[in-house]
Amino acid sequence: MPHSITSESTPMDDSSNPVSQTMKQEPDTQDIVKQEPDTQDIAMGDAPNATEDNKEEVNLEGIFDDGDSDGEFASSAPQVKSEEPSQSAPTFKIGDKSSFSDPDIMRAFYQRLFPFRYFFQWLNHSVVPTTDFANREFAVTIKTPDRDALARYQSFPTADLLRKFCIKDVPPRFDIGPVYSTNPRDRKTLRKASTFRPISREVVFDIDMNDYDDIRTCCTGANICGKCWAFITMAIKVVDVALREDFGFKHILWVYSGRRGAHAWVCDKRAREMEDSKRRALASYLELLKGGDQGGKKVNIKRPLHPHLERSLNILKEHFQTTILTEQDPWASDEKAEHLLNLIPDPTLRAALQKKWDSSPSRPSASKWADIDSLAKSGALSKTSKELLEAKQDIVLEYTYPRLDADVSKKMNHLLKSPFVVHPATGRVCVPIDHLNVDDFDPLSVPTVMDLLKEIDDWKSEDSENGDKKMQDWEKTSLKPYIEIFRIFVTGLLKEEKESGIKREREDGDAMEF
Amino acid sequence: MIRHDYSRVDPKRRANIDHKKRQFANAEFQLQNYDHRLNFYQLPPTAEITLEQFETWAINRLKVLSELESCSFRNRSPEETAEYMASILNKHLPLRSNSSRSQNLQEERQKDHYSHFILRLAFSSTEDLRRRFSRLETMLFRLRYKDDDFKERQEFVKGLNLEWEEVGEDEKRELRDQLAAASGLKKGDEQEWFKVDWERVPELVEQRRVLLKRGKAYVPQREQMSLVVADFTKRLDEALELTARALPRLDEDDRLAPILAHLSQSFNAPEAAYSDADAAIDGLSAIRAGSIDTLSKHFPLCMQNLHMNLRANSHLKHYGRLQYSLFLKGIGLSLEECIVFWRQSFKLMTDDKFQKEYKYNIRHVYGDVGGDTNRRGRGYTPYSCQKILTEPLPGPGQSHGCPYRTFNPENLSSLLQRVGVQDRDLLKTVKEDVHKQRYHVACNRVFEYSHKKEMKKVKDEGSWSAADLDTIVHPNTYFKRSWLLKHLGNGDVGVVNAGDKMEE
Repeated sequence: MPHSITSESTPMDDSSNPVSQTMKQEPDTQDIVKQEPDTQDIAMGDAPNATEDNKEEVNLEGIFDDGDSDGEFASSAPQVKSEEPSQSAPTFKIGDKSSFSDPDIMRAFYQRLFPFRYFFQWLNHSVVPTTDFANREFAVTIKTPDRDALARYQSFPTADLLRKFCIKDVPPRFDIGPVYSTNPRDRKTLRKASTFRPISREVVFDIDMNDYDDIRTCCTGANICGKCWAFITMAIKVVDVALREDFGFKHILWVYSGRRGAHAWVCDKRAREMEDSKRRALASYLELLKGGDQGGKKVNIKRPLHPHLERSLNILKEHFQTTILTEQDPWASDEKAEHLLNLIPDPTLRAALQKKWDSSPSRPSASKWADIDSLAKSGALSKTSKELLEAKQDIVLEYTYPRLDADVSKKMNHLLKSPFVVHPATGRVCVPIDHLNVDDFDPLSVPTVMDLLKEIDDWKSEDSENGDKKMQDWEKTSLKPYIEIFRIFVTGLLKEEKESGIKREREDGDAMEF
Repeated sequence: MIRHDYSRVDPKRRANIDHKKRQFANAEFQLQNYDHRLNFYQLPPTAEITLEQFETWAINRLKVLSELESCSFRNRSPEETAEYMASILNKHLPLRSNSSRSQNLQEERQKDHYSHFILRLAFSSTEDLRRRFSRLETMLFRLRYKDDDFKERQEFVKGLNLEWEEVGEDEKRELRDQLAAASGLKKGDEQEWFKVDWERVPELVEQRRVLLKRGKAYVPQREQMSLVVADFTKRLDEALELTARALPRLDEDDRLAPILAHLSQSFNAPEAAYSDADAAIDGLSAIRAGSIDTLSKHFPLCMQNLHMNLRANSHLKHYGRLQYSLFLKGIGLSLEECIVFWRQSFKLMTDDKFQKEYKYNIRHVYGDVGGDTNRRGRGYTPYSCQKILTEPLPGPGQSHGCPYRTFNPENLSSLLQRVGVQDRDLLKTVKEDVHKQRYHVACNRVFEYSHKKEMKKVKDEGSWSAADLDTIVHPNTYFKRSWLLKHLGNGDVGVVNAGDKMEE
C-alpha cells in the first residue's frame, strides 16, 4: 500500500497511540479496539429511525424537548428545524426486565437526559460552532453482537449532529480526545500526514480506587463503599487546591467516573494549550508516591517540605485520624502492622513496638499509632524526635496522598470518558462533583439511568396538568442539581473565553494601527 | 560562419546578472566576533570555510555528542559525565574562557559555532533526529554552562535579554518561609528571585524545586541555569523546525548533501537494538507456553520478578504485561503461544473477560492488529535495559521496571537470594553498585556469578569472541547468553550467531 507509507509514519500516529490510549483505558469497559471502523461515514442526515417514527404517540413534552436550543444554532444549522419533529420521543415505559445496557434505555437517555447543549458549549468554548468542537476527536464505543469495538477519530460539527448520532447508534459510552489541527475524519485524505496533530486538550486527571488496594481494607477491585470513597474525597481536595493556587487554573471540572473513581478536566485556555512536556511536569509535581510493591518506603521527600506538600499534609492530617485510623484500620493484622514497623526508621523504637503489639494481638490501628508517640516519650527512642516526626509525616502521606494515574495526564492525546455518559457496568451517570462540597458527594446515591427515566415518568403522573411552563426532561429528575453544577461551570468558562477573546482583538487592533 | 552563442551575455551586463557574484563580490557581512564562550546559536555563520573544515568540524562535534549520549545511556551521574567528557571536549572541541587568555579563542568559538550549524543541517530532516540532536545539544550546553566562569556566565546571561520579572523586597519578605522551603535554602540565605510563568521552567516544577503561586514560578538565582537551558532548548527546537522546512529548498550544489547525509547516518541510534537474529537461538526448539516456567531460570532478574509475580497473583498490571510480553516475543514465543501463556497464567479470570480486555493488547504487541505502522513493523520491539531503566518508576501494585532500580536494598537482597544468589560478598557489591545507580553493572555481575563456570570454559577454549561476552544491555541478550552457556555440551550450540549485533 504505497499510498499509506507517508501517512502513517508520523510519530503521533498509530505506532505510539494505541499503547498509551487503548491499552490504558479503564479495564472494565475497554475491550476490543478497531482502528479503522467502517462506521466512519455514518450518514448523519438520516437520523430518524424506527423508534422515532411513531408519531401517533408523540406527546407535548417530547416535541419541545430541545426546543430552546434552536435559536442559538439557527445560523449555522438551518436544517435543524425541518428535522425537529422527528426528535420527539415516544413515551417510554420502563419494564422490570429492562436494564441500562438495553439500547432503548440508552436511546431514551440520550434523547431526554443528556445535556447536549451545555456539553457542546463546554467543548466549543463559545455558542457559535467553532473548530474547537468540530475538530475534536470522539472515540465511540460501538456495541456489536459479540464484542464491543472502539471507533476512534469520530467528530461532529455541532451538538445536534452528535445528538443525532447518539440517538441513532446508541453508543454505550464515548470518550473525548484532543482537538486536532484538522477534522479527524479527514486525517487520511491529507496530503501530508504530519499536518494532522493534536493541538489542544484539557489537562485531565484520573484517580482510580484500585490504586489504593494495598491500603484500603473495606473493599477491593471494582467495588467501593462510602468508607473508601473518602480516599477520593481527599485526593480531590489536595489536587484541586494545588491546581488553583499553585498553577492558577480556575476552570476545573471534577467528574465522578461512574464506578470507583473521579476525573478532573482542567479547562483553562492556558491548560488546554500545554504541550506534553508541560503536562508531564505538572503531573510529576502532583505525584508523590513512587516505587512498586517491593520498593519499600513509598514516600521519599526532602525537608523542609515543599509548600505544596506542607499544605497537602495539613489537609490530609484530619482525614488520617478519621478515615485511616478509625474507618480503615489498616494495621489491625500482624502482617499489616509489620509494614508500619518497617516504615519507622528507629530500631530501638521498632523493637519496643513489636514487643508491645505481640503481647496484645489485634490492637486497633489508632492505638498502635498512639503507641508510637507514647513509647517514644517513655524513652525508647534512639534517634531524634525530629526524625520520628518526619517518618510519621511520611506515613501519613503514604496512606492519604492522592494516587494519580499519572500517565493519563501526561499526554495530550489520551482519551478520557466523557462526563454525563452512563457507566456501562453500573448504569450510573458520570455526574460532575461540586468542588466546594466534595465532602457531601456520595457515589452510591448517584442516580442510574433507570432511576432517572422512572423519575420522568413519575413526575408526569403527578404534575402533568399544570403544563403552563415547558420543562426539560432532566429538570424533572435528580439529575437536575448535577446539570446545574455543569451549567454554572460552563457559563463561567464561556465568560472568560469571551473576555479574553475581546482582549486579544483589542490588542490585535492596536498592532494594526500604525 | 559565426556561431551564435545564445547563452552569451553582453560582458558589460554580466556582473549584474550573476547573483552569486554580486552577493559575494565584497564581504558585506561582518565577521562575527565571539565575546562569550557560551553561545545561543542565534546567528548563522556567514564566513566561508573549506569543505574539509566543514566535514572535520562536524565530525568532531558529532564525536562529542555521541560520547555524551553514551554517558546518559550508561546512567552516569552529572559529575561523572563532566569528568569523563572533559578530556573528550578538550580533544575535539576545546572552548576556553576569556580569562584563559588563549590565542585561539576566536578560532575555537568559530569552530563551535560552525559545527553546531552544520549538524543542525544534518539532523533536522526527521522528527527523531531533531529530538535527539536537541536533547544532546542541550546536554552539551548545560555541561559548558556549569563549568563556565561565574562572571563571564553572568555577562552572557545578561546579554540574552530573557524576560524575567524580579521579585520585589516586600513580596520576598512576605513569602520568605515558603520560598526557602520550596528551594531548600537555609533561612539566612539572601537570594535574588525571579518570577516567571511556570511553563518556562518545567524541569524545576517537575521536581518540585520552586515555589508556585497562581501560575508563576519563583526561581532562585541559583536555579537560573534551568531557565537559561529551557530557553536554549526552546529556541533550538524552533530553529530546527524552521531548518527542516527550509531544507528541501536548500540552494546548494552537490558537495554538501553527501556529507550531510553521511553525518546523519553515522548518528544512528546506539540504543541496544533488537534484531530478528536474536530470536533464533541454535538448539532451542520452538518455545511453547508450557516451557516458560522451565526457561525462566535463564531470565534476567526483571523478567524473573515479573514471572514470579504473575505466578503468585495470577495477574500482572498493564506495564508489567507489556514488558514481559515483549520479552517473551523476543525469545521467540509465537503470538498463539503467547496468548495461551497469558490465558493460562490469568487462571482466576473468566474467558470472556480475557478475550475482551487482554487479548487485543497481546495481539497489538505482536503487530497482529492496530494501525498500518504497527502491523507493518510487526508490533513493538522488546525493551532494552536503557528503556526499562529510564521509564518512570512503577506505582503501587505494579511490578515492571528493573528490580535493581525499583527495589529497596533489603528487598533486592531477598529477591536475589530467592533466585539462588547466596554469595554474601556478591550481594554486598551488588548493593554498592545499586547505590551508585549502576544497575546494569549489578545485573551483569549477577550474570557473571551465576555463569562463572561456563564463562571460564568458553574463554579458555576461545570459542566465544570478546564481543560475545561484552556487557549485557538487553534482557533478551541476557536470556540468550544464559541459555547458550548452560547448554554448552549439546552439540554445536555454544557458538553465538555470527549476525549477533545486539550490542551495537
